[in-house]
Amino acid sequence: MSLEHFIKDALSPWMYEQGPDNDIVMSSRIRLARNFATVTYPILAEHEKLDDIRSFFKKEYEHQTFQSYKDLEFVSIKDLTPVEKSVLVEKHLVSPHLVKRDEHAAVMISQNEQVSVMINEEDHIRIQLYFPGLQLKKALEEAFHFDDWIEEKVNYAYDETKGYLTSCPTNVGTGMRASVMMHLPALSMTKQINRMIPAISQLGLVVRGIYGEGSEALGNIFQISNQITLGKSEKDIVADLESVVNQLIDHERVARGFIMKRSGIELEDRIFRSYGVLQYSRIIESKEAAKCISDVRLGIDLGIIENTSGNILNELMVLTQPGFLQQYANRTLNASERDVLRASLIRERLKLEN
Amino acid sequence: MECQECHERPATLHVKQVINDQETKVSICETCAKKKGYITYPEEGYSLHDLLTGLFNFDNFNMTNMSENQLNQVKELQCSKCGMTFSKFKQVGKFGCAHCYESFASKLEPIFRRVHSGNTKHFGKIPKRAGSGLQLKKQLKNYREELQQLIETEAFEEAAKVRDKIRALEKGDKEPEAGDES
Ligand SMILES: [Zn+2]
Ligand SMILES: [Zn+2]
Repeated sequence: MSLEHFIKDALSPWMYEQGPDNDIVMSSRIRLARNFATVTYPILAEHEKLDDIRSFFKKEYEHQTFQSYKDLEFVSIKDLTPVEKSVLVEKHLVSPHLVKRDEHAAVMISQNEQVSVMINEEDHIRIQLYFPGLQLKKALEEAFHFDDWIEEKVNYAYDETKGYLTSCPTNVGTGMRASVMMHLPALSMTKQINRMIPAISQLGLVVRGIYGEGSEALGNIFQISNQITLGKSEKDIVADLESVVNQLIDHERVARGFIMKRSGIELEDRIFRSYGVLQYSRIIESKEAAKCISDVRLGIDLGIIENTSGNILNELMVLTQPGFLQQYANRTLNASERDVLRASLIRERLKLEN
Repeated sequence: MECQECHERPATLHVKQVINDQETKVSICETCAKKKGYITYPEEGYSLHDLLTGLFNFDNFNMTNMSENQLNQVKELQCSKCGMTFSKFKQVGKFGCAHCYESFASKLEPIFRRVHSGNTKHFGKIPKRAGSGLQLKKQLKNYREELQQLIETEAFEEAAKVRDKIRALEKGDKEPEAGDES
């Protein structure tokens, strides 16, 4: 199958590029929700209608190139194995909801994995664009161009006063969800983040962990996104989000400096212990792995650990997810088998660095 | 209020359940809600779901204050294009098609206001296709208002100029009808 490299590599090609504030902001994402004006939305549409939409995208866009988003790969979700589905979810190329919608769902992914277009998710069309580091404005600009390109062939559901008409009332208007993934270890260690989250929520933004359950954020990785899609332009939404992200970056930097100054040796000890666990453990649960990976990444950013690439956080977080481990093993694994393979993959990966 | 499941964390979700026609309310924390399967889409975030559930319950509460007649109207509100009823919409929190927005228009303003911090109007991107039409419509409206004013003040020469502008704009959209000399 031609989607092999989407499944095999933990890092997406675009992640190898450097972005602004890369040491704290892992990625910026813009997602646009769009629908056909005259077709019933996926939750109620007849099977034939949804199949028509899927066929339309396959016919019109498969292997097409738009600017630097080359050779769109068209993948029907029903053709994927359960493990392949989990891997695409773990790489954030599709939503968990899309793979549950099996029968008529599809995704188009550009070769650099920067663009993915989900078809027949909650909405007919969901366009996603990723950029490394903090590049929300750039991501928005590119998303608009891509959206215009799709619009050349699709008559979007749109209303003069309500904007883009989405299936969920929480998306109506711009249909846009802008988000950034941030690594905030110092704000987590000093517990400052707990006081910041409620304040950020007051600004119409949502903060949550990407990995882990409920409010805990495995690997100290947080996603911050806009909640409101009506009454504010995309540009203003992105500008507001970016200003909050910039403040978080400043606070994180100050907190890092503070910890280094106040308890440098304790921090160094913690980082090297975690490094040791990753280098030598034989069994490691995802929770412990995430904590250690976060520590090591912090060590790299602070210059405590040298000769190791900063991308290790992105890569190991994906590499150690259940779907990815099973893809690697080429069979289903129970939890304890996964813990053994996780430890072994992390050891191998770190050896490559030295 | 503490979570009814773990009795540890504060309850942030209030879920209504109907089992054997018996309605029960459960107040639990996010972690337990996820464990018990109340939350199904991890991607979208709980706060939105919570917000919607809360807002629809609010709406239900209002219904008890309505007369029987009003209540029937609410019940029968249905989208002519996709068949989605307003009560089903409240249950699933999703529209069935673009036309639902029109079909339920009379009920939607408070919902949008709750979800979008008081906002009910779109201020963002306009699709290219719809965009040129919208801009044209706006300009024509402005010219017609200007024309009306000029006629009222008997500035006929100016009015004629504006009328020509309107015609030129309309021509770009469609051919003028033959013999139209008014
Ligand atoms: Zn609980
Ligand atoms: Zn409808």
